[in-house]
Amino acid sequence: MTPALPYYLTLSAILFAVGMMGVFTRRNVLIVFMSIELMLNSVNLAFVAISRHLNAVNGQAIVMFVMAVAAAEVAVGLAIIIAWFRNRESVDVDDLSLLKW
Amino acid sequence: MEAIERMINLPSSSFQAIAPEIILVLGALFILVLDLFLTRERHHYLQYFSLAFIALAGWYTAQLWGDTGFHFYDMIIVDNFRLSIAYTILIAAGMTILMSGPYIKREEVDLGEYYCLTLLATVGMLFMAAAADLIMIFVSLETMSIGVYILAAFQRYRVASNEAGLKYLLIGSFATSFLLYGIALVYAATGHTDLDGISRFLTNNPPAGDKILYAGIAMLVVGFGFKVAAFPFHLWTPDVYEGAPTSITAFMAAGVKVAAFAAFARVFMSALHPVHDQWAPALYWLAILTMSLGNLVAVTQTNIKRLLAYSSIAHAGYLLIGITAGTSEAASAMVFYLAAYTLMTMGVFAVVIYLGHKGEPNLTLYDFAGLGYRYPLLGFAMVVLMMSLAGLPPTAGFMAKFYLFRAAIREDLVWLVVIAVLNSVVSVYYYLGILVRMFMNPPEEEGRALPAYVPVGVTLAVSIAGIILLGIFPTPWIDAAQRSVMVALGMR
Repeated sequence: MTPALPYYLTLSAILFAVGMMGVFTRRNVLIVFMSIELMLNSVNLAFVAISRHLNAVNGQAIVMFVMAVAAAEVAVGLAIIIAWFRNRESVDVDDLSLLKW
Repeated sequence: MEAIERMINLPSSSFQAIAPEIILVLGALFILVLDLFLTRERHHYLQYFSLAFIALAGWYTAQLWGDTGFHFYDMIIVDNFRLSIAYTILIAAGMTILMSGPYIKREEVDLGEYYCLTLLATVGMLFMAAAADLIMIFVSLETMSIGVYILAAFQRYRVASNEAGLKYLLIGSFATSFLLYGIALVYAATGHTDLDGISRFLTNNPPAGDKILYAGIAMLVVGFGFKVAAFPFHLWTPDVYEGAPTSITAFMAAGVKVAAFAAFARVFMSALHPVHDQWAPALYWLAILTMSLGNLVAVTQTNIKRLLAYSSIAHAGYLLIGITAGTSEAASAMVFYLAAYTLMTMGVFAVVIYLGHKGEPNLTLYDFAGLGYRYPLLGFAMVVLMMSLAGLPPTAGFMAKFYLFRAAIREDLVWLVVIAVLNSVVSVYYYLGILVRMFMNPPEEEGRALPAYVPVGVTLAVSIAGIILLGIFPTPWIDAAQRSVMVALGMR
């Protein structure tokens, strides 16, 4: 027997909250970025579960789009982080201080 | 082969529905290739080609005018609301490219990718206006945002620009995950991601306290709120606007905001219209807080780019009034407001490019001192721009506010309008403060000649002409805007 939709949605909400906590509390840019990816993937889980629950395939198609978009975002994000690191030699979000935060 | 064709089954006429976007994608790729074959002295050809592609996209947009319908399995909508927003976006992109030429040469980032990315970000914006499905909105929002993240960090060797790009990226993708979560929850509650389907579902099954749906709507507000820079999701705006290259700041202030508001308006005014009474109070307060914070903080700013960032937050607050009202009249007033706002923003940032010098050390209000008499034309342009931003007649800014507030009053949002008018009064203080410095203070330093940037001057002239035209003869434009929304599907 497969678990009901509310369980999946709760798990996805918990993962989303964990990602959000990571964004707020971690100081390393890379870990902040990973936390954002966790948030996106928690939504993917919700989409797959809902899609299964509704017996419709479009939720699963959406996940493919989200993963492709997330990959593009990672590529650009890491590039910008490297450009910043070269000038600033830091990966600490507290050093994002040239412009008043 | 035949089986595949039957499976995919794309009617060829559909491609007309996305012809402007196709043109711009091809244009962006063409520019990327052309860049390889051009010597440094001929780099400005890229700018001309970009403008030509934007003009061509505008022409294809004109061909679609008046059509209505859904295409590509209800992913793309053609209606005049989309097309009039598309014009505004194309004007914003065209003016950005026009004023970028001298600017990126001065800042020594004269690379072909700049134009390519601007065009691709524009494609994302156009698709946001054209999206008829939540997932299409998500994908096009990301197409736009990823391009703009790179553009914000485009001055690779300047820490401020890196920092602006990184902040925008982190906060932007954080916001996007909220938007996506909102989409998932709305999908869970209604079983649809297409706007028409959601609207039909909610009309047939009025939700009585469906917590998942309301949580989803709240998440959507957060996601869009970040993109349009509404309080309390505005924190990134001043930093990113200050650090990004000035031409890109203009592009973000106008293009990104127009596209985000178009999608915001379409989702809330058509798909979620059946539950208007539930979300309207939230947006009511969001509008009040956004415009009040934007205007009050703008008063204290001395850096011109930060001041304009807070001013753009304030304008987002005014525009939220339109979504709160939620009628077709409000939607057409928003179309008009966004067009006027684009012209004003582009003009002001053209002035900022004029005044800046390499590296843009401190572009403060003190740099404006005495400029009005030394450069009368620039002084006149600033008078028109500031009056329009403050909403004084006879400018486009005044007419835009007038139509927007009238639409809100018809929906009995009197107090909201009272607060908005009081806010406009506050904004007069800091906008006209710039003029006071220009005309009444003695110049700080002697004779730094302004550069003769012809394309920037053209941008400025176009924006001034547009502001005066829309301000004195608003009727044809507001009629077009009204007709544009009348045809829009799903709006009353």
